[in-house]
Amino acid sequence: MEITDDENRLAKVDVAGVQRTVNIGLLDEDGDSAAPGDWVLIHVGFALSKVDEQEALATRKLLEGMGEDYEQELEELRGSLIE
Amino acid sequence: MKYVDEFRDPELGRALAGEILSLVEPGRHYKFMEVCGGHTHSIYKYGIDDLLPESVELVHGPGCPVCVIPMGRVDDGIAIAQNEEVIFTCFGDMMRVPGSDSSFLEAKAAGADIRMVYSPLDALRIAKANRDREVVFFAIGFETTAPSTALTLKRARAEGITNFTCVCNHVTIVPPLRALLESPDLRLDGFIGPGHVATVVGARPFEFIPADYNKPLVVAGFEPLDILHAIQMILRQLAAGRCEVENQYSRIVPYEGNPAALKAMAEVFELRPHFEWRGLGFISQSALRLSDDYAELDAEQRFSAPGVRVADPKACQCGEVLKGVIKPWECKVFGTACTPERPIGTCMVSSEGACAAYYNYGRFAREREVV
Repeated sequence: MEITDDENRLAKVDVAGVQRTVNIGLLDEDGDSAAPGDWVLIHVGFALSKVDEQEALATRKLLEGMGEDYEQELEELRGSLIE
Repeated sequence: MKYVDEFRDPELGRALAGEILSLVEPGRHYKFMEVCGGHTHSIYKYGIDDLLPESVELVHGPGCPVCVIPMGRVDDGIAIAQNEEVIFTCFGDMMRVPGSDSSFLEAKAAGADIRMVYSPLDALRIAKANRDREVVFFAIGFETTAPSTALTLKRARAEGITNFTCVCNHVTIVPPLRALLESPDLRLDGFIGPGHVATVVGARPFEFIPADYNKPLVVAGFEPLDILHAIQMILRQLAAGRCEVENQYSRIVPYEGNPAALKAMAEVFELRPHFEWRGLGFISQSALRLSDDYAELDAEQRFSAPGVRVADPKACQCGEVLKGVIKPWECKVFGTACTPERPIGTCMVSSEGACAAYYNYGRFAREREVV
């Protein structure tokens, strides 16, 4: 993301390989705003939310953890030889 | 794509489906409502309902912005669009919504200058390029979209653009949910909360659902794993006897929402005393209009429109679909008289509408099942 028109809060973002101009005014908070390198969620030409990388990783990790439990259970089931 | 592919992993999907199966109590039937049309679309697109045990039923909710626009509002829009000096703009999925005589698309074919825009800022650009014409933007959407309209109107005022006005049809999500929860014909066990609305309003406004109605709600993202994860989280709450608002979509949704967006909305809009929803009737304080301060940008003040209430077509059961009372295929006209090419009701128009999503992705599976 690259800010192209600061007054109108416009920035150039890469959307799946295509360069588009979007408005980032909805991310302006006291002393905070979108910055180059951020990942943002875009809706009708406006960036609505910044992707929280830590949270994305945490959710993914949680899901992977779940997968492991399940895989382990399957593994144990395969190892079980009840007759 | 980053932060997307990670949430489409089929292996993890299978693992989650296994978890869900292990959480289901034998003999119990679960009904969960996905509030948002975006979720409905994902559920059919990815066949998520096929991954769930039979005892877990997903019920579609009212959160499709195009679907809830009543015929009278389309008629009003067309009446404004037919003024000689007007360039009328709206989102693409609004174009085919039937009014009582025609849709915007048909009115355009008959000569009205109606243009499709991707963003309200595109409508403003058209206004700047055509200063001798009146440019009207037909704004629709829940809290997800309202802030973008608000910022566009603020910019129009700041730049002194006087030939730009807006027909505001923005609606709010909490009042229809409350109306649904009060209705006796729908018994739900939990909610998949609308992730994109929550980006703006946060998760807190949904706390009344566990507090007043004793049902869990999990705000969810839109990838297949997000939805499965949310269902697993609701089932976990039920299994543990918990009932609260949880946020599965924390990578996008801060619990308190987006303060800049809420501020822009509060500045430009105020609540309407009541608003008609297609199929749901009048719901008090459920929609927004421009505040008195922004009256000069209000198309409803600048142009005269019939403003008449028009009854939904008799054959159309969009109301029942929007309330989750019937499934799309249970409607009498589904897939026969009403198709995405020639829709009778709004749910068949928008890609977020339950009927269109089901028609495009799900109907073949069901046909096979019947055979």
